[in-house]
Amino acid sequence: MAVVDYQAPQSIEDAIGILQKTDIKSKVMAGGTDLIIQTKSQTADPVRVVDLKHIDGMMSYTLDDGGMSLGPAMSCAEFTTLDDVKAVYPGLSESAYLIGSTQVQGRASIGGNLCNASPAADTIPALIANGAQCVIEGNNGERVVAVEDFVTGVAQNCMASDELLKRISMPRPAPGTSDAYLRFIPRTEMDIAVAGAGVSVTLDSSGKCTAARVAIGAVAVTALLVREAAEALIGTAVDEQALDAAAAAASAAAKPITDRRGTAEYRTHVVGVLVKRAAKIAAERARGVK
Amino acid sequence: MTKVHVTTSINGDETEFLCEPHDTLLDVLRNDLSLTGTKEGCGSGDCGACSVTLNGRLVCSCLVLGVEAEGAEVGTIEGVGEADNLNVIQEKFLEHAALQCGICTPGLIVSTQALLAENPSPTEEEARYYLAGNLCRCTGYDKIIRAVMDSAETMRGEVK
Ligand SMILES: Cc1cc2nc3c(=O)[nH]c(=O)nc-3n(C[C@H](O)[C@H](O)[C@H](O)COP(=O)(O)OP(=O)(O)OC[C@H]3O[C@@H](n4cnc5c(N)ncnc54)[C@H](O)[C@@H]3O)c2cc1C
Ligand code: FES
Ligand code: FES
Repeated sequence: MAVVDYQAPQSIEDAIGILQKTDIKSKVMAGGTDLIIQTKSQTADPVRVVDLKHIDGMMSYTLDDGGMSLGPAMSCAEFTTLDDVKAVYPGLSESAYLIGSTQVQGRASIGGNLCNASPAADTIPALIANGAQCVIEGNNGERVVAVEDFVTGVAQNCMASDELLKRISMPRPAPGTSDAYLRFIPRTEMDIAVAGAGVSVTLDSSGKCTAARVAIGAVAVTALLVREAAEALIGTAVDEQALDAAAAAASAAAKPITDRRGTAEYRTHVVGVLVKRAAKIAAERARGVK
Repeated sequence: MTKVHVTTSINGDETEFLCEPHDTLLDVLRNDLSLTGTKEGCGSGDCGACSVTLNGRLVCSCLVLGVEAEGAEVGTIEGVGEADNLNVIQEKFLEHAALQCGICTPGLIVSTQALLAENPSPTEEEARYYLAGNLCRCTGYDKIIRAVMDSAETMRGEVK
């Protein structure tokens, strides 16, 4: 790709109008931490960059009794300093904090992480665990797709070339709910997940789990929502036995590849361990947010 | 290709330049504005040698388009101090011999300034995490961290 034109529309309508031009290909840009690197690749086909950061609402958020509505282009550096968000969705905040370095987080957005659709994207399992929805805008109006259905393959999502992600929305968790996200990398910073796990659990006043969502990353073509792992937790006190059953269900759902970061066998095992640990943390947090 | 006219503020000075849509901010700083203190290591966000601030936020200038600087405030190593009037952080890097070849140094100093603006009293662990995106091939980091911690202390007024 070679960037030959740059547009910074002020409204969604203008952005969609630009995306409909057929003279050359257009690519939407949020923080550009994936896109700018992609444009430096070998092929020279011309591309127009459509920067979303000047559109009202793309960089802001609201959090109320109904839940959170997040502008998809907000930088992770800003997102991870939102204490009100951290209190409600600590695991999602942690997943954004794991992306790259301070510098990368200064630009990288959750929307970009999601749209870029890497199998190892850190925020995607955390979004799925929280039941997040993608609000997509196009020429034919708005449509809403659950995050687990949004990503369709490696670097592929369900949007047409003249659509864009307008908001990411997620429900306010029920009382007694919290989440956690963990990933495994060979170093402590600046690496891509070998496996990742996002878990949300709801506990009633007796400590019994009444609802759960478990999502795993980097162990299949897309992040996966693992219903069997959630079912292993629901109805239990999130004790060792339930945690082991959830781990086994996550490992059974994993379909990883072998690459230089880890073998398929290793990833299958590690993703179970991460689910177990993340569920434990989420449950501990849930006990504290009655 | 038509060049784009950009008006921006660099280290507090209003600056205008012309650039291609594909030029990165790093390209513009080094090649068009002769601000060569900002270095290119990898060009892919991995090394931090190109660290600058954009509207007060630490970023890799190799992952910013030059055209994005329109109306923005850019801070580079040239704005941190001058040869005859070094910033505390620059002095501490010299004092602790926190550099060898020096290619990572401007990025580290810009990043350290951003760290201490956000968190004047970082623990060593916090400093190491914050600076994890600034790679150094030479020093082994210990002297860098000593310079950072000493800078923080000095800037807080706790002179040893
Ligand atoms: C050094 C380095 C380290 C990294 N480490 C990690 C890591 O640890 N974990 C991780 O998950 N990722 C990592 N990344 C990848 C990257 O930083 C993230 O994926 C980031 O969240 C992307 O966000 P962005 O705003 O920069 O996206 P952009 O680069 O702007 O966009 C990414 C893609 O999404 C599309 N897009 C963006 N926003 C929209 C929208 N609203 N509507 C439609 N399409 C859109 C773009 O067209 C593009 O195809 C790293 C990158 C670098 C350079
Ligand atoms: S040159 Fe920008 S991070 Fe290496
Ligand atoms: S001093 Fe040489 S890379 Fe750091």
